[in-house]
Amino acid sequence: MVWRLVLRRTLLGLLTLLVVSILVFFATHVLPGNAANAVLGQSATPKRVEVLEAQLELNRPVVDQYLSWLGNLLTGHLGHSLSGDTLTGGGGQPVWELISPKLVNSAILVFLSGLIGSVLGVLLGILATLRRESWFDRITSVGALTVTALPEFIVAVVLVILFATGGLQILPAVSTLPPGTYAWSEPELLVLPVATLVIVIVPYIFRMTRAAMTEALESDYVEMAKLNGVPTWRINLFHALPNIVPPVIQVIGLNFLYLAGGIVLVEFVFNYPGIGQGLVSSITQRDIPVIQVIVVILAAFYVAMNIVTDVIALLASPRRRVAR
Amino acid sequence: MAAPRAKSAAALRRSGWPATLWAAARTPRGAIGLTLTLFVVAVAALGPLLAPHSGEQFVTTPFAPPSVAPPLGGDVLGRDVLSRVLEGGWTLLPVAFAATAFGVVVGAAAGISAAYLRGRADGLIMRSVDVLLAFPQLVLVLLLLSIVGPKLWLIIIAVGLAHAPQVARVLRAATLDVSERDYVKAVELQGVRPFKVMTKEILPNLTTPLMVESGLRLTYSIVIIAGLSFLGFGQSPNIPNWGTMVNENRIGLETNPWAVIVPGLLIVLFAIGTNTFTDAIARVAIGVERRPQELAEVGDPDEEPWLEALV
Repeated sequence: MVWRLVLRRTLLGLLTLLVVSILVFFATHVLPGNAANAVLGQSATPKRVEVLEAQLELNRPVVDQYLSWLGNLLTGHLGHSLSGDTLTGGGGQPVWELISPKLVNSAILVFLSGLIGSVLGVLLGILATLRRESWFDRITSVGALTVTALPEFIVAVVLVILFATGGLQILPAVSTLPPGTYAWSEPELLVLPVATLVIVIVPYIFRMTRAAMTEALESDYVEMAKLNGVPTWRINLFHALPNIVPPVIQVIGLNFLYLAGGIVLVEFVFNYPGIGQGLVSSITQRDIPVIQVIVVILAAFYVAMNIVTDVIALLASPRRRVAR
Repeated sequence: MAAPRAKSAAALRRSGWPATLWAAARTPRGAIGLTLTLFVVAVAALGPLLAPHSGEQFVTTPFAPPSVAPPLGGDVLGRDVLSRVLEGGWTLLPVAFAATAFGVVVGAAAGISAAYLRGRADGLIMRSVDVLLAFPQLVLVLLLLSIVGPKLWLIIIAVGLAHAPQVARVLRAATLDVSERDYVKAVELQGVRPFKVMTKEILPNLTTPLMVESGLRLTYSIVIIAGLSFLGFGQSPNIPNWGTMVNENRIGLETNPWAVIVPGLLIVLFAIGTNTFTDAIARVAIGVERRPQELAEVGDPDEEPWLEALV
């Protein structure tokens, strides 16, 4: 039952990714006339355009270009970056070499922020529900509504003002790493980027946990348990808590999805060497092969994350398992 | 203060969307949200008339601290921060409003058609929605802007398109419910064309989800568009813009933090204002003390099926 659903969702996901790849390819490669001219901009000379056209294989039919691009992508041939010496005729850095350390750094950032944010959000949500209408509940609820509206780059800049340049000068304002090193070698560089993302995602997880827990505590089965004289801590722990697992997993999944996009601005603010910052700089430099690969990776993460979240939520909830 | 005689959610819905807005504005939450929103809109609209200098004129030294002459000091190039703040909203807010309107109209049209026409149209529209939802919103916008460059019309279309799939999902769920009602069935039996049924019978019953969606999307629009300017993919950097200002003046935080704080604060106040007011609308319209997103997960979907898709 569940596995058929997993299979169906996976096939649909692959189909979605196929269409995504078409969209990405055409948006970056074909739509605006000649990509070679766009890349070279002012410095376009007939000779250079010709070299670049040959490298991008722009002189072949569009469908051919797409199919060979997709084939290369699937077999792991990601091509070469256009930045640096490519414009003078030499070969750029292989895209995979350029992206893989960034991918690792971004994964660390997303994983740490997601983990800390989820634990914090769920704990605060449960605490607020257990002390409903207390000052703690009121302050956290209004605070959550306010913080959900904050743009992540503003949160990041505020943290920089507080902890790096203004008030306390205890943390680095930028997280630049020497090339070839990973974020774990200098953990203090991770503090502010992770803190920014945690502040942005906690309110969502908090609100969902609070709503789900409130609903569970007002349910008939909790009422029944109370009438039977079950102690409050047992009710909270064994009757209410298991029932908030599916919605909470859903919202945690949604927040991991958000993080995949949220890293773009946060990595840019801190100059953190991840794929978000890589995407911004590749767009600035019109480095098409790099843009394509990063966007496809982010989309694949999105689609996979969606499936994983749905399946876990489904497995965690007996009621839903029967319903479908 | 005695609470005004509260109308029931159902009564509000009958008396139309202006009544809902008015009721929302009279709740404490709604009043705060609306005040903040209108304050920032006033700064953006009246600011250009009040600016002492041109925002592109050099009047002082870079990052000059605040003094009598430039009250908020100078920016990265020695331009007047106050003037740039006063002019910088007019380049931001109208774009956010336009992108929101575009996204809500396209998304609503897609969602309503998908739900009402069903069958193949539904499948095709919702699969396209899935494709657009496979990108983080900001990444989708950046992808669309990446080659053509940051043109104003393209920013509006790209941000609108990034909103459309979410709007379509919500409106589809809402339409599925409404189109089952008797008055719709009655009109269908009279042989009214589908387009007319959708615009004359279904659309008027979707004002609540439309209002809530517009509010939410406006909040996200300002966040995304300010973020784009912050990244340097907005309009030309000479044009004063709150998002651009936060980025370009970051390096001078130690000498003149006001060049970052004031534009940042205005963006924040607008986003908090629209978000809070939207929250008030949702609470008033549904008649519950809970936010739609939360209701969607845990609430009673039989009562308000469109809520289900709001997550």
